[in-house]
Amino acid sequence: MTVKIEDKLFLDRFRVDQEPHIRIADNTMCMEKCEDQPCLYFCPANVYRLEKDRIVVAYEGCLECGSCRIGCPHLNIEWRFPTGGYGISHRFG
Amino acid sequence: MQEEFEVAIVGAGPAGISAAYTLAGRGIKTIVLERGEYPGSKNISGGVLYGHDLAEIIPDFTQRGCPVERNIVESRLWYLSRDGGYSAAFRDQLFYDRMPPNAFTVGRARFDRWFAEQAGEKGALVVCSTVVTDLLRDGDNRVIGVRTDRIDGDVRARVVLLADGINSALAAKTGFRPEPKPHHVALAVKDVVELPEEMINERFNVETGHGVTIEIIGGITGGMDGIAVIYTNKNSLSLCIGANLSDFMENRVRPYEMLEGFKNHPMVLPLIKGGKSKEYMAHWIAEGGYDAIPRLCGDGYLIAGDSGMLFNALHREGSNMAMTSGRFAAEAIMEALEKGDLSRNGLAGYVSRLQGSYITDDLKKYRRFNTFRLRHHELFTTLPELGGFAAREMLTIDGISKKKKQKAIWKKVKKDISLCRIFRLLWDGIRSVK
Ligand SMILES: Cc1cc2nc3c(=O)[nH]c(=O)nc-3n(C[C@H](O)[C@H](O)[C@H](O)COP(=O)(O)OP(=O)(O)OC[C@H]3O[C@@H](n4cnc5c(N)ncnc54)[C@H](O)[C@@H]3O)c2cc1C
Ligand code: SF4
Ligand code: SF4
Repeated sequence: MTVKIEDKLFLDRFRVDQEPHIRIADNTMCMEKCEDQPCLYFCPANVYRLEKDRIVVAYEGCLECGSCRIGCPHLNIEWRFPTGGYGISHRFG
Repeated sequence: MQEEFEVAIVGAGPAGISAAYTLAGRGIKTIVLERGEYPGSKNISGGVLYGHDLAEIIPDFTQRGCPVERNIVESRLWYLSRDGGYSAAFRDQLFYDRMPPNAFTVGRARFDRWFAEQAGEKGALVVCSTVVTDLLRDGDNRVIGVRTDRIDGDVRARVVLLADGINSALAAKTGFRPEPKPHHVALAVKDVVELPEEMINERFNVETGHGVTIEIIGGITGGMDGIAVIYTNKNSLSLCIGANLSDFMENRVRPYEMLEGFKNHPMVLPLIKGGKSKEYMAHWIAEGGYDAIPRLCGDGYLIAGDSGMLFNALHREGSNMAMTSGRFAAEAIMEALEKGDLSRNGLAGYVSRLQGSYITDDLKKYRRFNTFRLRHHELFTTLPELGGFAAREMLTIDGISKKKKQKAIWKKVKKDISLCRIFRLLWDGIRSVK
């Protein structure tokens, strides 16, 4: 039973903001101080991904739940809403 | 924006629109600012709304084209182990044709849009694709309007209603209420699964227009404090599953994998078989309870709905509290405008209305319920498995006497969970909802 997040996000309608609405403030913190790196798991859109020496943010698929903003134990994520009218638009809701 | 308004409302969800409808209906110049492309475009819920609270605002909502999916005639409760579970259901003919319907399902993208159109017809100005990024204040720190992300985007108003939901980026920035702690919210994910209307009628044993809700707890949330639901829409099912965010942070569970596991549970799979996933979404549920409610009004502003933590987690009632708190806020604003006093004192009619209503009563009654669940994780781990084991043993016909089976069950109960713990669970459980 495997599920690919890409297949799920493919069902949604996004209007991608050119300007990222999420930014990791300090990637050294992620790699040196954050043992558990919980953002890699709890994010429902798998926006946070571990690459060789850093965490990258695929903000385009963000579902705008807000969890990473308060769930990063080091409050190391700068988060705002996408510009008005951008981001996800639910069709059923 | 040069124009000045009497009331500016942040957020076109049930709370904001209820207030806008009430205010505009009385001729008060009201603007609603919504960050989504259209009202509802950022919102989800399991999808049950309550006729009573909506009818207090729009009595003839069914005749006015409210996009009702199904009228709920049966509520089921499931307590699931990994491989099976218990089911209880209640149906009553009284719910069949009641007007207004007691509880009914909606898709929020359609409902919120319809609701906002009704407010628009009353004269409220609903402006979408606009994020409120800050509050404007005067020298005495009174709120006197909002700042938006549009060019030329300040909107002045005599009073501001914050109806911006549980995920409030404004809260952190302006400090009008604290950011929730991870254990104050549940992170929920939702799939909408499309199926033909007739097939839903058959699978849920209902007629066209009638529907069923299923509330589910147990071993489906990977041992985390959480809940799942299945609600019937006209030609789709809403499947949601969520758990406390602090549990998610500790457990390294991916929400969408948990949802997938839920969809493959032997009790769930036959209901959704052959269905087509149409949409996948995520949202917080406000679970802080009574003790996490912030101060709900100050000089020049009020807070309604989820933004004020007005959510009853045990009965999954949020939209009704949002609508009624929005209406109360509007009534208090009208009083304050009449008196010409928009200070915290002048707006205090809002708080007294809430205190005199079911909202404060219910939230107070269940104030210990969230801590109860967080303290008793066995509700989601050992207990459903033991329950499943006991029922399976007693129902399996294999030549072993019932007495021997009972003994084996008892032995396992005592091994897996202490009697003292069970006693504590019952005691705390009763106290948390009494
Ligand atoms: C999975 C799930 C299932 C649920 N099931 C049920 C259920 O079955 N029954 C029930 O009664 N309740 C349910 N709820 C709870 C219910 O959805 C909420 O209680 C209700 O939506 C609260 O209404 P609201 O108007 O306060 O907030 P919201 O509906 O969240 O509306 C807030 C609005 O403000 C907008 N906004 C936010 N910030 C800004 C900003 N800065 N600028 C401009 N706009 C902004 C948002 O886009 C949104 O439209 C459920 C919730 C979830 C997540
Ligand atoms: S949880 Fe925060 S600090 Fe840790 S890896 Fe993720 S962003 Fe970095
Ligand atoms: S807001 Fe939610 S979906 Fe978006 S990146 Fe953060 S956790 Fe992921």
